[in-house]
Amino acid sequence: MSTSDQQHQTQRSVSWLIVYITTPLLLLLLAGAWLITSDPLALFDSDVPPVENLTIERVFLDDGGINIKVRAGGDEAMTIAQIQVDSAYWTFTQTPVGPLTRVSSAWLNIPYPWIQGEAHMIRLVTNTGATFDHQIEIAIAAPKNQTGSLGIQALVGGFVGILPVAIGLMFYPLMRSMQREGMRFFLALTIGMLAFLLIDTTEAALEFGRAAAPAFQGIALVLLIAAMTCLGLIAIGRRQGTPSGLALATYVALGIGLHNFGEGLAIGTALAAGSAGLGAFLVIGFTVHNLTEGIAIAAPLVLKKPPLLIFAGLALLAGTPAIPGIWLGSYALEPQWAALALAIATGAILQVLFEVGAYTLRGDKDGQITLDRYAIGGLFFGIVFMYLTAMVIKI
Amino acid sequence: MKKQIGTPLDRRNLLSRGLVLAGGSALGGLDVAQANAASDGEKAAADPKSHRMNGNIGMGTIGDVGTDINGFDATEMLTDWDTGVVTQDDDGRTVRTYTIEAIDKDIEIAPGVIFPAWTFNGRVPGPAIRATEGDRLRIIFRNLGSHPHSMHFHGIHSATMDGIPGTPGMIDPGEEFIYEFDAKPFGCHLYHCHALPLTRHMHKGMYGAFIVDPDPAKHPEFTDVARSRLLGSAENKNWQELVMVMNAFDTNFDGENEFYAVNTIANHFLNHPIRVEKSRPIRIYLINVTEFDPINSFHLHANFYDYYDHGTTLTPTLRNVDTIMQCQAQRGILEMSFADHETGKYMFHAHQAEFAELGWMSLLDVVEDET
Repeated sequence: MSTSDQQHQTQRSVSWLIVYITTPLLLLLLAGAWLITSDPLALFDSDVPPVENLTIERVFLDDGGINIKVRAGGDEAMTIAQIQVDSAYWTFTQTPVGPLTRVSSAWLNIPYPWIQGEAHMIRLVTNTGATFDHQIEIAIAAPKNQTGSLGIQALVGGFVGILPVAIGLMFYPLMRSMQREGMRFFLALTIGMLAFLLIDTTEAALEFGRAAAPAFQGIALVLLIAAMTCLGLIAIGRRQGTPSGLALATYVALGIGLHNFGEGLAIGTALAAGSAGLGAFLVIGFTVHNLTEGIAIAAPLVLKKPPLLIFAGLALLAGTPAIPGIWLGSYALEPQWAALALAIATGAILQVLFEVGAYTLRGDKDGQITLDRYAIGGLFFGIVFMYLTAMVIKI
Repeated sequence: MKKQIGTPLDRRNLLSRGLVLAGGSALGGLDVAQANAASDGEKAAADPKSHRMNGNIGMGTIGDVGTDINGFDATEMLTDWDTGVVTQDDDGRTVRTYTIEAIDKDIEIAPGVIFPAWTFNGRVPGPAIRATEGDRLRIIFRNLGSHPHSMHFHGIHSATMDGIPGTPGMIDPGEEFIYEFDAKPFGCHLYHCHALPLTRHMHKGMYGAFIVDPDPAKHPEFTDVARSRLLGSAENKNWQELVMVMNAFDTNFDGENEFYAVNTIANHFLNHPIRVEKSRPIRIYLINVTEFDPINSFHLHANFYDYYDHGTTLTPTLRNVDTIMQCQAQRGILEMSFADHETGKYMFHAHQAEFAELGWMSLLDVVEDET
């Protein structure tokens, strides 16, 4: 076969490729054009008002009144005509102005003299007279840095995230001195703890997913992002063989860090919604609840002897995300973003659960899966400890 | 006189809630009120759609309802009487013929809020039908709507003219019926569609005022009073007569009203105060057709008035009151004078504060006589 023949054949296959791609697209185009021009669906158009949907994504209160971020989900552009606060009409400004097309969002500012510590009911009335309600359960001002509350929130984040991880890591010398049975206990404890975190994080992610605007398909978003994150992290983690030692500890810290971001979000949201007075008792509860996180990170390191700096880095990786979590939460992060962040956390936890599980099983040189009283005891202790300490902090 | 006084802060109370962490400003609500008061003026100036009252801190609906969509104006409705086409019958008696059409129509009940109404003659409330006691009334009613409708008058008439289901006055779309009866008793009445379900037909907008003026000849003991109520008489010309129908709209059809008003448009008379001349007496024909809420009310600021329940008497049934209440279909006549008052804006509104803040809040603008 000559070169020109080959070229000719290549050209021919390229042009066929174009035909293969354009033909189905052309059919789609034609079908669309016919549907729009001949409008057979006019039969269904029985003079009914458009379907309207409005998701209230963020609400925070400040000196300027009540601020609401809304996202439209109607089949046509919709207009917010009037706003009631506590069964009274109030003026408002909308940014940007004008009708809200599908999936677009806008901020509404209502110069309402809201009352600290009391409930307020907001009702948005559209131009068709449809209404969308939002209840502010307890009115509390959003944090302002001038008053130093961001700093205090960071302190809380430290107590909830970094401190317990650091304390947990301090069990490292104890774990190193353990026999094989003891290590099995701690690794099983880690798995139990991660199993609890997986359920906890999935639940939170789905809750945010449901609160998101329908267009974002919150549940599908959470489940698919979690699956993709998990598989992606497994693929990355296994480029150079199955992770163990420091690599595994780092993944555990990452997964726990993302979970702690979610925990921070929950605390911040609860503060913003006024549904929690964050007393010292609650903060200590979080600290105790998260103690096992440090143990989980330290467990894969037992056979190594990493420098102290590594421990500090791992503690920060796992603990620090709680701080931006609280900040964002107290300003009411849009639910789709919270769902996305928690879906990633879910995927990351699933990955470490998988890898720590694999690591634990590999630990037995004879290849036997040892589910003795130490392993079962560790697993149960991990789950029950998390469950019982969570009773204190669930808000 | 208004002056600034200090405001005590209860910090202890705020701190005890453990809100330091979340707590941007311990001053919370107070800051807001002050910030609003400060910015209110600027915003009102910057936003031409804003119709705020002085010191109103942003309360009220935004924007204004024009006549573009509705084709009627709530202010003009106050004095828009439909006296029919007047003829005489063989006995020399006055015969008034009215033409009323039921029409489905989308109306703007508050700025930017469209309500799919059922109307009499394309307006809500329907025409304010006015006649004199003893006139023969012929109401030609055509149903151009999409559902069966009728006109049920609160007055005295035969069973066949009652407009309830099972009577010839209940007509299907495309049909016509002529109601015929004598105008009696004198008073402030109403008419409404009596098709079922009644609640829906009422609240969709099918109601209107039906005013029967007393015939002075029939009331020798109160000739002057009767004359003052007789539209067109010399005595009546001095009165400033206004018809107000208290109504409300449930725009999301959940059985609770989103908007309250007199003559349909929420906050209309707050944005467009009713001009009245100071020395001339005021007579308000007030009718309550509010659906879903058991009662509605009328409260006048800085003044008291006489009230004639149903308007069927020539002496007041209540004297010197500033608040009356009416159940649905209850109505009456309010007579008041601002002759001894300063000029200025005097508020009147439902004294269910909720109704007031959802649109049923209005102003009388008392001005020096213009004539």
